[in-house]
Amino acid sequence: MHNLLPGVEGFMYPNEMELQWSVLIVLYPFITGLVAGAFILASLERVFNLEAVRPTYRLALLTALAFLIVAPLPLQLHLGHPERSIEMFLTPHKTSAMAMFGFVYLWYLLAVLVIEIWLEYRPYIVARAQSAAGWSRWFYRAATLGSYNLSPRALRIDDRIGRLITVVGIPSAFLLHGYVGFIFGSIKANPWWSTPLMPIVFLFSAIVSGIAAVLLIYFVYCLARGIPLDMPCLDAMGKFLFYAFLVDFGLEMLDLVHRNYEADESLKTLSFMVETRLFGSQIVLQIIVGTLAPLLLLGLTQLLSLTEAARKGLYATAGALTLIGIFAMRWNVVIGGQLFSKSFLGYTTYKMEFATREGLLPALVLIVLPFLILWALVRIFPPMLEYDPGRKPEANPALPAEPEA
Amino acid sequence: MRAGFRDSEHLVRLALLFGVGVLLFLGARAILVPADFGELGHFRTGALDDNRRRPVVHAGRAACAECHDTAAALAGGAHAKVGCEACHGALAAHAADPDAAAPPELEAKGLCVRCHGFNPARPASHPQVDPEAHAEGASCTDCHEAHSPAA
Amino acid sequence: MSVDRRQFLADATKFLLLTGAAGQAWAFVAEGRPQDAPDYDIARHWWAMFIDIEKCIGCGRCVEACKIENDVPDEPFYFRTWVERYYIPARDVTSPRAEDHPKVDSPDGGRHGFPDIYPKEDGSKSFFVPKLCNQCAHSPCVQVCPVGATFESPDGVVLVDKDYCIGCRYCVQACPYGCRFIDPRTNTVDKCSLCYHRITKGLTTACCEVCPTGARQLGDLRNPADPIHELLRTHKVQVLKPNMATGSKVYYNGLDASVR
Repeated sequence: MHNLLPGVEGFMYPNEMELQWSVLIVLYPFITGLVAGAFILASLERVFNLEAVRPTYRLALLTALAFLIVAPLPLQLHLGHPERSIEMFLTPHKTSAMAMFGFVYLWYLLAVLVIEIWLEYRPYIVARAQSAAGWSRWFYRAATLGSYNLSPRALRIDDRIGRLITVVGIPSAFLLHGYVGFIFGSIKANPWWSTPLMPIVFLFSAIVSGIAAVLLIYFVYCLARGIPLDMPCLDAMGKFLFYAFLVDFGLEMLDLVHRNYEADESLKTLSFMVETRLFGSQIVLQIIVGTLAPLLLLGLTQLLSLTEAARKGLYATAGALTLIGIFAMRWNVVIGGQLFSKSFLGYTTYKMEFATREGLLPALVLIVLPFLILWALVRIFPPMLEYDPGRKPEANPALPAEPEA
Repeated sequence: MRAGFRDSEHLVRLALLFGVGVLLFLGARAILVPADFGELGHFRTGALDDNRRRPVVHAGRAACAECHDTAAALAGGAHAKVGCEACHGALAAHAADPDAAAPPELEAKGLCVRCHGFNPARPASHPQVDPEAHAEGASCTDCHEAHSPAA
Repeated sequence: MSVDRRQFLADATKFLLLTGAAGQAWAFVAEGRPQDAPDYDIARHWWAMFIDIEKCIGCGRCVEACKIENDVPDEPFYFRTWVERYYIPARDVTSPRAEDHPKVDSPDGGRHGFPDIYPKEDGSKSFFVPKLCNQCAHSPCVQVCPVGATFESPDGVVLVDKDYCIGCRYCVQACPYGCRFIDPRTNTVDKCSLCYHRITKGLTTACCEVCPTGARQLGDLRNPADPIHELLRTHKVQVLKPNMATGSKVYYNGLDASVR
C-alpha cells in the first residue's frame, strides 16, 4: 500500500488513498451492458418485427446468456467474503440497490433469458433428445422436461409465450443494466457519479455495446462457418448502432454541458482530473477513438452509397472501436470516480496489479471466458443461421415431424 | 380439453420446476438466516453484543482514582482536566493487575512538547513554547510540576 | 451566573455522572466480565459528539488512543479517527479574485502531531479539525449496505457487523466523510464505533478520554442533564457537509467555511 503514497497529489482523506473498486468492477457493468444490449437487439425482431435482424436473433440470445453467466464472477472475485454473498438473497436490504439487483439478475436469467432460449430451441431440443448419442442425449432429454410435444398448436403457444417473455424481457433488460447505473447514480457522496442521468447513460451505452458485440460475433460466426453475411441484417444493425450511439453521445454531452454550466463545488476538481489523470482514457479512448470515430464511420455508411465490402469493413471497424469506447466509459466512471478526493483537494492513482485476485490477469480471463462459453453454447444450441428460426415450423425442413411418443 | 392441456404441458412442467426452486429458496432462507436477524432493524441483534464485547484498553480516569490520589495530584493546576492516560498511555491492563502491567516510564521533554511545542495552528491561548529556545532546551520537569503546573 | 461557574457545574456534573457509572462499571471490567456491566438501557440514549475546533491543539492523542483501544491497523491508510490541519494563506490583495484552496495535511492521520512546516506570522490562518464517523441519523452508508452488515443501533451509533459483512465496499463509497475503510486482516469494513464497548459501560470514548483540552466531548442527547445541550445552545455549531442531509451527530464549534 505504501507504493500509493507517491501517487497521491494534494490532500486525500487518509482512508481514501486506496481505491475501493478495481478493474473487476469496471468489467461488471461492461458485461451486464453487453447482456442488456444483445437482448434488446434480439427483441427488435421478436417484438417490433424488424425482420432484417432475424439472422442474429438466436446468436444475440446466446451471447446474452454467455455474458450473463460470467457477470457475477468479477463480483465474487472482488468481495472480501464471497462465501457470504448469499446473504444478499437471504437478507436483502431493501434500501440497497445492490441487494435488489441480485433478484433482478436472477429474474432476468431464469424467467427471461433461459425460458426464451428454451422456447426458441424446443423443437431442436426434442429432436436431439431422440437422435443424439451418449451423454449429450441425457442433457437434451433433461432439457425437454419430459415433454416431446411439438404439435403446431404447442409451437404456436410457445411462440406467443416467447413473445410475451420478450415483451417482459425488454423492461427487465432495462432494469438489469439501469440498476447498475442507479448503483452509481444514487451515491450523493460522489459528484462524478451522482446524477439522475446515470442509469439512462448506462442503458444507452449498453445498447450500443450490445449491438456492436453481436455484430462482431455475427461476423466471426459467419466467417468461421463459411456462411455468407446477410447484408440487410448488417445494414439494419449498423443503422441501429448509429442511432443508438447518437442518443448515447448526446446524453453524455448533456451531462458534460450541464456540469460545466452549473459549475458547482465539484467542477474544478473533476475538470482537473479529466484533463490530467483521465485524459488518456476519457478524451482519447472514450470520446475520440470510442465515440467520434465509430460515429463518423457509421455516419459514412448512412450518408453515402458504399459497396458491400466497404460497408462490412466500416461496420466491423466501428463495432470494434465501439466496444473499446464503451469499456473506456465504464473505466472512466468507476475508476474516475475514485481518483479524486471527496475533500476536492487531492487525487490518487489506481495501481492495477497483474496476478492478484483483482488484477489485470483475472480481468483478461473474465473477458475471454464469455466467448468460450458462447462457443460451447453455439455447439449445444446451434444458431442455425442457414434455416429460418422456428417461426414457421411447417416450413422448416430441419425439424422432425411430431414424434410418435 | 385434454388436447389443449397436452399442448401446454411443457409450460406447466416449467412452472412446477420454478415452484420447486422457489420452495427450495424459502427453505434455505429459513435455515440460513440468523435467528436474531431483524429484531431491532435490518441487522443481527447479536452484532450489538459483538460490538460491546471488545476489550477495554483505556481504564478511564475514574479507575485511576480508585488507587491513586489523583485529585490531590492535579488539584489547582492547569492539568486538572487532563485524563491520566493522555500522558501515561492506555492502562486498563495496569488497573486490572497493577503489579503485572506497570505503566511505562515517561520522558518529559518528548511528551510535553507534543502538546506544548509551538505551532501556529494551535489556539493562541494555549500555552506553547519553542522547545529549543525556551529555557535553553532544558527538561520541562526541571521547572514545571507535571501533574499540577501553574495555570 | 457567570460563564466560568456554569462551565464548572457542567463539568462537575459530567464528571460525577461518568465517575459514578464508570466506577460501577469498572468493577466488572476489573473482574474480566465487561459484558455483564449493569443494565444499559439502549432505549435511553442517543449518542452524539461535540468537537470544539477552538480548543483542538492537534496533539494527535485521540488518533493514537483510538488505534490502541480499537486495534486499528497501524499503517497510515486505516483510521477510525484522524486530525486534519488547515492552512489558509493570507489573501493576496493584489489579485483579490484569485481563488486559494486551503492547504490541508494529515500526516499519518495526525497520530504523532503535526510538524511545524508553515512560515510564522505570514498573515495566514490555521487550525486543526478532528474527524471521525459522524454517526449519521440518516446514514447513507446504512442505506446502501446490501445485507444489513452496517446499521444504526437504537441508541444512535452506526455499527458494523464484522461477521456478516461481505466486503463489497459499497458503504465506503457512500460515506461522504471518508470515515470507512476495509480492514485488510478481516476483509470487512471497519469504522469508528463511538467506542460502543466503552459507552455502554458508562465510560467515555477513548478519544474523549485522552483529549487534553476537552476539544472532544461525548454527548447523550437523550439525557436532559448532559452538558451537550448547553454546549449546543451556547455555541454556533455546524456539521460537516450539511447539504448532504445525513443527519450527522458530530457537532463542531468554530468550523471554518474552508473545512471540507
